[in-house]
Amino acid sequence: MTSGPPSSTPARASVPLWRDLRVLRIAGQVAVLLVVAIIVAVAARNLLTAMDQRGLGFGFNFLNRTAGFEIAESPIPYSPTSTYAGAFLTGLLNTLFVSVVGIVLATLLGLVVGVARLSSNWLVNKIAAGYVELMRNTPLLVQLFIIYFAVFLQLPGIAETLRVGDAVFLNQRGAFVPAPQAQPGFGTWLAILAVGVLVAIGGRALARRRDARGQSTLHLGTVGLVAFLALAAIGWVATGGPIEFELPVQERFNFVGGLRLSPEFTALLTGLVIYTAAFIGEVVRGGIQAVRRGQLEAARALGLSEGQVLRLIVFPQALRIIVPPMTSQYLNLAKNSSLAIAIGYPDLFKVGQTMANQTGQPVPVMILVMGTYLAISLVTSLLMNLYNRRVQVLER
Amino acid sequence: MSRRVLSIIGLLVLAMVVTACGDQAPASEQPAGSPGESAAESVAPEETAAATPAPAPAEGRLALVRERDELICGVNGSLPGFSFLDENGDMTGFDADFCRALAAAVLGDAEKVEFRALSTDQRGPALQTGEVDVLIRNTTWTVSRDTSWGLFAPTTFYDGQAIMVNASVGAETLADLEGATVCVQSGTTTELNLADAFREIGVDIETQVFADLDPTYQAYEEGRCDAVTSDRSQLVARRTVFANPDDHVILEEVLSKEPLGPVAPLGDDAWFNVVKWTVFATIEAEELGITSENVADQATSENPVVQRFVGVTPDGADPFDSGLGLEPDWVVDVISQVGNYAEIYERNLGPGTPFDLERGLNALWTDGGLLYAPPYR
Repeated sequence: MTSGPPSSTPARASVPLWRDLRVLRIAGQVAVLLVVAIIVAVAARNLLTAMDQRGLGFGFNFLNRTAGFEIAESPIPYSPTSTYAGAFLTGLLNTLFVSVVGIVLATLLGLVVGVARLSSNWLVNKIAAGYVELMRNTPLLVQLFIIYFAVFLQLPGIAETLRVGDAVFLNQRGAFVPAPQAQPGFGTWLAILAVGVLVAIGGRALARRRDARGQSTLHLGTVGLVAFLALAAIGWVATGGPIEFELPVQERFNFVGGLRLSPEFTALLTGLVIYTAAFIGEVVRGGIQAVRRGQLEAARALGLSEGQVLRLIVFPQALRIIVPPMTSQYLNLAKNSSLAIAIGYPDLFKVGQTMANQTGQPVPVMILVMGTYLAISLVTSLLMNLYNRRVQVLER
Repeated sequence: MSRRVLSIIGLLVLAMVVTACGDQAPASEQPAGSPGESAAESVAPEETAAATPAPAPAEGRLALVRERDELICGVNGSLPGFSFLDENGDMTGFDADFCRALAAAVLGDAEKVEFRALSTDQRGPALQTGEVDVLIRNTTWTVSRDTSWGLFAPTTFYDGQAIMVNASVGAETLADLEGATVCVQSGTTTELNLADAFREIGVDIETQVFADLDPTYQAYEEGRCDAVTSDRSQLVARRTVFANPDDHVILEEVLSKEPLGPVAPLGDDAWFNVVKWTVFATIEAEELGITSENVADQATSENPVVQRFVGVTPDGADPFDSGLGLEPDWVVDVISQVGNYAEIYERNLGPGTPFDLERGLNALWTDGGLLYAPPYR
């Protein structure tokens, strides 16, 4: 109300207030802030009034009530007798699980695709280009439906399960592999492993130091590695086999025991990875192409091998261009995981929908869901920005 | 440079407008006729309109529907027999016909309905926000829905939850399903009942939950699940559109009570009464033997009950006023255009349809069923 030009700071003699850039700048910012604040306030008031009129309370008390619905897969113990908070946490962990695995795999695949796009081999080049164009230019939801219904659900049924020996099984209900089970000596063995790791790291560090001084490395790095492997093996025998594998066993309806990857999870992961990898491939290609030709030529002139050129010259310089757009691809992947709802993977959004429905409280639940996605994205951005800073420092 | 200054000034003007508007007293601060004021006036009504998005409670939904001259009816849309698009693109089915009956009662024309296909997860919010005038979407009446979603009108279809399994499984009771995977749709009472029922008998099952109806049955048909659970009527209906309906059997066991009926938004008693009595009218008509074919002849009926019901008087006196705010002969519109309960049922679910569902609990109370309309007087 008081932000209008006439009442603000006194101007200097010659410049009229409305042309004083400093005043205008501050006033502009204040104005924008006010506009935003008012829009938010009106929207919030609107929401609260509307909810009030319909007699809908606003609160999160339902979180402590019994959820009553089943969730198909859960990394933590969950049953219908758990609370809504437990259900929400289950959904969150499922989202994080698929996102983290998805980001790692998409980065690896994207790297390969990006390099393949630059390959001088005609076939590799065209295959990569075709892949990128196909994946980038069709909607992810459609891809997910195809992957789930036309690929994973078309796998053989229980009776005709594909099997590798008695350990690995693949059918419509998922992929079943042996699950490692910790035995009594597991803790001791872990401790021995830790010692081995220290030895290996120490060996490598020593080798590097000697190398820098121009002394012979005495193959200390290799020696460390061998020492680690030897320790691990001796420890394994000494503790009497600290890990045993539980095999999946076929029962009437399904396989029981072992590790299971559900078709919903696998389909979602596959969809997210191949979709995002196409974008990452383009980011990588752009980053590599932005490294100046002179750098390449200079590296070759120094006699570096092609692998060394890529590893020592091109990638370090490409990274600082690649990392920022890569961050947004990671964010996209995490957010796109909410499409899980279409194929029945119980992620955060899907569990949130069910909660909203069963509690009759869509607004608080959706605020909770939105806030959680926001937090995931912000943390991802933060980590990527830290990494970005590290990469940038290398620049000269 | 000058462009930038201009844009900043533009922002300032905007800020003044909005702040003035937020202050609710634009005229006192600025001289009349200034551009700021006229802009403020054009913004202000928008804001107040946005702050009161629900005209329904104040004016009443009955008036709203009349003004719109169309009934917005939330339906399922992918459930054969209840609400399903036929080959002509028309919404057909038991639930759809009750939407038409309501439109006939309020607007005198059964075709003035806009159908909104809603998923299970959308239906609650659609009612709460008043986006639909009524929800007739095979929705189970429960106490928490009655208090948080909307008011449940009388049950139009008494159903129970059942389980359909592939015939090759050879299961006959729930206990035979130990270790089986069951497909179910999220946001339903059946999702909750399923967990309860199997926990009660101590049988472990896996559930696979889908948000939409079509993927649920598609996944079951593809063999992702050994069984699928829902209201018996829905299982029967969906089975008819399977590639091989004979490969699937519905277990006899009933897991729960599923009374399905129309739901009206909360907080509008007059509208709720209209929805409620439209359903009762179809039931009452069946009890009185009034059908779409003979309803026209009822005008000359000597029976005072019938006279009241169809809104005629023998001696030219004013007809009976139901107090619902509808035309005196609204029942005639409903019955002549849509039919009585028996006609609606037979047309959509009875013998001659692929579903061939017995009336069972959905018979009149005089025939051993649960349908019972209070007196129309």
